[in-house]
Amino acid sequence: MSISIRFDGDELQGRDGATIAGVLLANGQRTWRDAQGAERGIFCGIGICQDCILTVNGVEGVRACQRPACDGDVIERETSA
Amino acid sequence: MTRVIVIGAGPAGLAAAASASAAGADVVLVDEGERVGGQFWRHHPDFTDPRLQHQLGRFGTLRAALGSVRMLSSTSVWRVENFPLRVHVLTGPTDAANRQGETLEADAIVVATGAHDRVLPVPGWTLPGVTSAGAAQALAKRDALTLGERTVVAGAGPFLLPVAQSIAILGGEVAEVVEAASISTIVRGWGAKAWQLTAAAGKAGELGSYVASLAQHRTPYRFGSAVTRIHGSDAVEAVTVQRIDPQWRPIAGTERTVECDSVALGHGFTPRLETAIQFGCEISSTRFVTVDSQQQTSVAGVYAAGEITGIGGADAALAEGEIAGLAAAGIPGADLRYRSPLAARRRMRAFAARLDVHGIRPGWTAWLDDDTIVCRCESVRKASIDEYAGVSSRGMRLATRAGLGACQGRTCGRSVEDIVGACQPGQGSDSRPVFDNRPVLSSVRIGELAALSDLAAPPSPASTPTTVADTPTTDSAGGS
Repeated sequence: MSISIRFDGDELQGRDGATIAGVLLANGQRTWRDAQGAERGIFCGIGICQDCILTVNGVEGVRACQRPACDGDVIERETSA
Repeated sequence: MTRVIVIGAGPAGLAAAASASAAGADVVLVDEGERVGGQFWRHHPDFTDPRLQHQLGRFGTLRAALGSVRMLSSTSVWRVENFPLRVHVLTGPTDAANRQGETLEADAIVVATGAHDRVLPVPGWTLPGVTSAGAAQALAKRDALTLGERTVVAGAGPFLLPVAQSIAILGGEVAEVVEAASISTIVRGWGAKAWQLTAAAGKAGELGSYVASLAQHRTPYRFGSAVTRIHGSDAVEAVTVQRIDPQWRPIAGTERTVECDSVALGHGFTPRLETAIQFGCEISSTRFVTVDSQQQTSVAGVYAAGEITGIGGADAALAEGEIAGLAAAGIPGADLRYRSPLAARRRMRAFAARLDVHGIRPGWTAWLDDDTIVCRCESVRKASIDEYAGVSSRGMRLATRAGLGACQGRTCGRSVEDIVGACQPGQGSDSRPVFDNRPVLSSVRIGELAALSDLAAPPSPASTPTTVADTPTTDSAGGS
């Protein structure tokens, strides 16, 4: 089973049940956030470090490594102020 | 009927819930994850390669024993109280905006919150492609993924072995495994009183499978070495591997460059103490929860099991959890049901004592530059930590912002303490910053707190000593 999510406007295919980080990484997307000008990717993978947060369906601060991806999710990068 | 709440559904928590339930207690098991199992049995029913899982038989038995246990998965504990014993939780999709709040009450609590990777900072460690060793393992188990095509696995301790094996099983190349402890230290540590280890023979079989996997893939295993620099402009391109002395100081002139696109770093584990600290449990000088022979903490009715009482692996956690569950359910210490887990705990503690040879040595700070980021969330550099080394924990946080970011010092706290210690030799551990005292235990959105206060019963001083209004909001940074 395949699902489809939108990441910054691009449509990405992923396996049903994968985490959002899993879908992004499987599509070759290694970073989805920047902190003080530098790109950041997944780091702890278990919900501790919060380095992988992004915006899901308009809700900010969602940990990509912990949230299962759902068909139709709209994902956006977060940029540091 | 005794009401028991178990916090954490890894090996210790599952064993505690199962034994408390079997002893007749009314048990609620609370866990952040979507599925029980914790990090050790992290899995997805469709994706996880069974070769990455150990002791699945035991996992199945424990799950089957949870029949009458109330399971609260995808549930975060954000606050606890110790008199009366209360646990405040939010249930719903990870970091969603409208999770459901609930307050649970109990006669006894088992805290089994486990541990997470300790990762020592190294120049370049914020580059995309650098993860904790636990992340490499979690991605492999949960999503059947390796981060890159060619990975260096580096740090200290036996956990590097299953991480390397997982990457190899999923088709990734492990360029090298880099272990900080020297071969002579390991032989001395693991070889001493070897007869104590025969009782942990199951571990030998597991070890054998890792060694076979390394041999099969011809993976170099370097001892007495560390990754002291990670190179790359936008992402990882290579690492410097360097010999280190027994204090983990880099030895000049021994640098080698290893090309790779990923680095998995793990220098052991640090216990997740914040829930136990909020309950008021005594913490030892080695920074674990102090427990008695029945896993009871210094707080009446609060028990602790697993990695928060000492890093010992899943078998030790299972034994401790079983003991804690029985005790929390009110089973007297003379009962025969304690015999088997007590014996298992004794065996596994002998095994766990060997892990000391991989313990972090203070000389590691010598591989940092002034510019190396120590606190990832706030991009605080080593020079800033040095500059404020003499101030209090609070002063350090306010002046540098180290530990004030989204992770609240979970990633950098211990490293900041080490750096401060390196600057002030002779200073006692009591005066160092302590980052594990967190008034809010997990990220909570302000809107969720507001919704809880709308729903709350009229406050009565006796039953609600902590109101939402005086809850500090500093920990909500990641979620609001």
